[in-house]
Amino acid sequence: MKRFSIFSLAANALSGHRKWAPTWRDASPRPGYDIIIVGGGGHGLATAYYLAKVHGITNVAVIEKGWIGGGNAGRNTTIIRSNYGLAGNGPFYEWSMKLWEGLEQELNYNAMVSQRGVLNLYHSDGQRDAYARRGNAMRMHGVDAELLDRDAVRRMAPFLDFEGARFPIQGGLLQRRGGTARHDAVVWGYARAASALGVDIIQNCEVTGFVTDNGGAITGVETSRGTIRAGKTGIAVAGNSSRVAAMAGLRLPIESHVLQAFVSEGLKPVIPGVITFGMGHFYISQSDKGGLVFGGDIDGYNSYAQRGNLPVVQDVCEGGMALMPMIGKARVLRSWGGIMDMTMDGSPIIDRSPVDGLWLNAGWCYGGFKATPASGWCFAHLLATETPHETATAYRLDRFATGDVIDEKGAGAQANLH
Amino acid sequence: MSRLPTGGLIDRTKPLAFSFDGKRYTGFAGDTLASALLANDIRLVARSFKYHRPRGILTAGSEEPNALVTIGRGAHAEPNTRATTLPLFDGLEASSQNRWPSLDHDLLSINGILSPLFVAGFYYKTFMWPAALWEKLYEPLIRRAAGLGALSMEPDPAEYDADHGFCDLLVVGAGPAGLAAALAAGRAGQRVLLVDEDVRPGGRLLAERHEIDGNSALDWVDATIAELASLPNVRILSRTILFGAYDGGTYGAVENGRRLWKIVARRAILATGAIERPLVFAGNDIPGVMTASAVQAYATRWGVAPGKRIAIFTTSDSGLKVAADLAAIGIEPVTVIDARDGMLVTRAIGGKALKAIELSDGRRIAVDTLAMAGGWNPSVGLGCNLGARPNWSEAIGAYLLDSPPGGMIMAGAAAGAFGLGAAIASGIEAAGGGMPVPATSEDPSGSRPLWHVPHSRGKAFVDYQHDVTDKDVALAAREGFTSVEHMKRYTTLGMATDQGKTGQVNGNALLAIATGKTMSEAGTILSRPPYLPVSIGVLAGHHRGEHFKPVRHTSGHAWALENGATFVDTGQWKRAQWFARPGERDWLETVSREVTATRTGVGICDVSTLGKIDVHGPDASTLLDRLYVNIFSTLPVGRARYGLMLREDGFVMDDGTTTRFAEDRFYVTTTTVNAARIMQHIDFARQVLWPELDVQATSVTEQWATYAIAGPRSRALLAKLLPDLDLSNEALPYMGAMEFHWQGVTARIFRLSFSGEMAFELAVPAHHGDRLIRALFEAGRVLGVAPYGTEALGVMRIEKGHPAGNELNGQTTATDLGMGRMLSRKKDFIGRVMAARPALVNPARPTLVGIHPVDPARRLRAGGHLLAKGAAPVAANDQGHVTSVCYSPTLGHWIGLALLANGPARHGERIIVHDPIRDGDTEVEVVNPVFVDPEGVRVRG
Repeated sequence: MKRFSIFSLAANALSGHRKWAPTWRDASPRPGYDIIIVGGGGHGLATAYYLAKVHGITNVAVIEKGWIGGGNAGRNTTIIRSNYGLAGNGPFYEWSMKLWEGLEQELNYNAMVSQRGVLNLYHSDGQRDAYARRGNAMRMHGVDAELLDRDAVRRMAPFLDFEGARFPIQGGLLQRRGGTARHDAVVWGYARAASALGVDIIQNCEVTGFVTDNGGAITGVETSRGTIRAGKTGIAVAGNSSRVAAMAGLRLPIESHVLQAFVSEGLKPVIPGVITFGMGHFYISQSDKGGLVFGGDIDGYNSYAQRGNLPVVQDVCEGGMALMPMIGKARVLRSWGGIMDMTMDGSPIIDRSPVDGLWLNAGWCYGGFKATPASGWCFAHLLATETPHETATAYRLDRFATGDVIDEKGAGAQANLH
Repeated sequence: MSRLPTGGLIDRTKPLAFSFDGKRYTGFAGDTLASALLANDIRLVARSFKYHRPRGILTAGSEEPNALVTIGRGAHAEPNTRATTLPLFDGLEASSQNRWPSLDHDLLSINGILSPLFVAGFYYKTFMWPAALWEKLYEPLIRRAAGLGALSMEPDPAEYDADHGFCDLLVVGAGPAGLAAALAAGRAGQRVLLVDEDVRPGGRLLAERHEIDGNSALDWVDATIAELASLPNVRILSRTILFGAYDGGTYGAVENGRRLWKIVARRAILATGAIERPLVFAGNDIPGVMTASAVQAYATRWGVAPGKRIAIFTTSDSGLKVAADLAAIGIEPVTVIDARDGMLVTRAIGGKALKAIELSDGRRIAVDTLAMAGGWNPSVGLGCNLGARPNWSEAIGAYLLDSPPGGMIMAGAAAGAFGLGAAIASGIEAAGGGMPVPATSEDPSGSRPLWHVPHSRGKAFVDYQHDVTDKDVALAAREGFTSVEHMKRYTTLGMATDQGKTGQVNGNALLAIATGKTMSEAGTILSRPPYLPVSIGVLAGHHRGEHFKPVRHTSGHAWALENGATFVDTGQWKRAQWFARPGERDWLETVSREVTATRTGVGICDVSTLGKIDVHGPDASTLLDRLYVNIFSTLPVGRARYGLMLREDGFVMDDGTTTRFAEDRFYVTTTTVNAARIMQHIDFARQVLWPELDVQATSVTEQWATYAIAGPRSRALLAKLLPDLDLSNEALPYMGAMEFHWQGVTARIFRLSFSGEMAFELAVPAHHGDRLIRALFEAGRVLGVAPYGTEALGVMRIEKGHPAGNELNGQTTATDLGMGRMLSRKKDFIGRVMAARPALVNPARPTLVGIHPVDPARRLRAGGHLLAKGAAPVAANDQGHVTSVCYSPTLGHWIGLALLANGPARHGERIIVHDPIRDGDTEVEVVNPVFVDPEGVRVRG
């Protein structure tokens, strides 16, 4: 892998940028691999990278039905944070944050990890106390957290509605180390680094079924580009988890829901970090290019279609205007829908499946992007060592049977409420 | 002035004054800002996003990538407004964007000099060292340089509204195809909605010279519009952007930037026209280089000569038509270069204005305007919103939507019917026919794509606004970004405010060339809503400020207001939080007074916001037995019972009292916050789980006004109000209820208590709630009755250890809350099985306890975590958290409820409340959660 730097950029400028090599090898499938990762999104590529880098397992293929990063990795609002309250989540997301903090140097790719802060607003005493509970839990997990009062929020974000708001802002929970990252660059950075370590990244290769041995164990995948054998097969296919698992006869405690997000035309910088509204479902940040990136609630019905509908578009914009009426004249430029693999407790699954040879990385709900590095790290750890990583021990598939659920919102087994 | 002496669809009797960058100009009614700027010889109107290159007006439509301006000032400023579609109005103030210090002298144009470094994706390769400088230096610089216009930072003062449209046929686009389709369907009696983004219907017929049935095409447009206007079943929405197609035949549109339309249509005809492709050659962005259709439009529709020396560079017959139209109005082009004859423009020369062009034969021709006719891209975007993919048509050299989603039909140029006659015929056919196709003048539409002028030295732009060049596309391909989606994301081609309307297809083609693919193999991106940018303000409508969510008032609200209540939001309700009296220092003094007044005398609280559900029918008690963990079928008529409901997953969902007023009639109450969810839950149970049960459920939350009358003197108060009612323990014991009449209206009285005192709840139909609260206070005056609010209510329930919202947080079990014994073993109920899962019956789970500070002067705060004394404050030692706290005036110190691991076994133990985010640590003693009257004597009076 040729290193990127201002010097290599300058050197290549002199030769008209004709000498750059492909960012990753566009591989064709070989007959078999030690490990196949189904799903060329951020999680799948990160898994392959850490398998190669940390565990020395390089006979690995990532197979992707379309183009890498074309699923939720490219359809999110790019937020990174580790402001979780429950013990099952805290260490994992903080590990992810630590990996984010060193990611660009690790990958030699500028993913624009930007720790400009994540501020969750509260509007009532009850919300304040819930955030205090969460913030204290974060502190006890070694995560930064501050509880701001109304004045402190106002200093930070004077453009919020502090005058005629239906639900006046009382304060907020701030994680300064939270922020955003450039989502596509995360995908490309992992792909480049994994490819350089020998991982095959195979695009336009859709899994159509699993190969099993006489004992029913999975020994490979059938794809649109032929059969590929594998010692172990891991799936990291987000919104398609239930569909792919069904090919192996598995029914997962997952529903797929559509979540929309929006970006405005480019504007001069106005919003410093990430801000979330506590009384409507609305969150917003501003990209380095100047677009306001925002979203809200899921559409609420089960869907595999990567598109949403108008009522939620309105609902999101209403939340935005209620929170910061200065954005009224900003125009929505693009919207997209991602398919969320919503579990029954709102938390993910990184575990071996009941089918031998098949390993699961699923159930990221609408929080998969921020988890990308740790998800890859922990899934790689599990695939390589067959034991869960210490920060991901709670993400068991059988927790729904045992009741050890990780339900941050307390919404219960109703996927669309998480 | 470049205004032609005659012609154009402008009203020369109505001059309009406007300004651009502070200078004053004049245009006419009917102008757009762009046509007025050109008429005033303004060529330079903007700077590009990345290199800050001088840019002029490229197009005459909504696809414009360059000519974005900010209009208005202060809070009214609208950034990124396309000059090409903005109707001129008197007093319009426009200013250029993203330049410093001025449009003419923009220092950031240094980026152009650095462009050898600033190629596609360069930022992924650098700014990584040292890491700490990203947030401190690199990113702030990038952010400051990026962005186009600026928001005012002031609340948007505009008024927005919303409307709904329902029709048999939605026609999008009022060009020749759309007009013909609307007319055919309108004559056939269909309810037609014709939506067009322009201020004036007609589409390209306003810009091109054609004949229909032997007369000017404009006559046909006028006649068609007149007939459509006469049809009561047809409605035309002009200046309306149809921005998205959604599921179920739903479409979103914005009229005049201010009104959101939700349209539901049985069928839709997308007669959305086509967009002319620019040609890719060096200098194709110099102000003065325009699409040929734009040159034609400015000359024909607005009577503006875009230049004095105009050359035409064409790959299609439409370029020749432009030449003819220009000649017809007296602007003879200097030269017409038809690439199909082998001649090419290899370079445009100029800085802030075009000076000359160089041809492939070496000639240099001085021109000030170059019209590019690169062929046409049908506007299929809306048809792709639901996932249909366009296919490349070799025949017409463009992407077409062969299989639009059900209910959608492509027509006219959007369907590849480029010639006028073909477009009209296609519109009529799409509408079901039944109308003759008029005779039209000849309109050849032959075209041969030219994706790139070879051997062209200099920057050749594909995406104008984002400064993506042909070389950037090639670089992306070289670096492995060979999918159109990757190329788009890597180069940002197609991600500017025009969303690739001018550049995407050229970019796809250059990618296909670079990767050796065909256009079919290269494919294209799927257009997603919005088709054109629409403001957040109009999408939100009037749901902002205090109108964000409707306010719910109880019928006692006016009374509470008169009595000095401070209100708090509880869901959408406004509830009285406390009733301060003169001289009280703070809310704590007020609340303490309210608590003491109630505990020692009598207080009244409006509890109307609790959810209320009538459950009625022969199987009502069966349903309730299945919904609640405890039994209701044994509840006698005239009695109430506290009930606890689990979710299906075994955790506590809600609680409340249920009263039986007849064998088959129950009155269920829920917490305020969960009212709607419990109603849904009950409906789900009735309709999905057990449809065989003969029982109905109706929400009556808003039908009853309910007041709690609590305290040792509560009975005395009610005796004055209701002298004829026997309220003795015998007639109305604790948890008793009865229906009666008060002043001629149905009323209900319940012997219920949340405060722990002897207490009643009195309910009347909501219309009479105001009357009742006034009567209650009149009756209580001599007893010293005090109104109390939600805070005092909360204090008294904490003193009594009753769980509420903070404990019913969706993460607790019945046993956690000390109510495990309520789980009936005699029957099944929702959540029973899942509540028995190992983790839910683990005895080490945090369980409800009371706490009070060891130092009685210390205050408590909810949200602190619990640690054993001496334990390090780390997650591994976390033993629970404080859920609710209050100052107890009854006990004279702060108290709290908490969920503590092994809680019940630890009464008397001293532990630490760890609250690093606020106060630090407080030592507390664990006690019984029922602080006041644990034997429950008072409530029975």
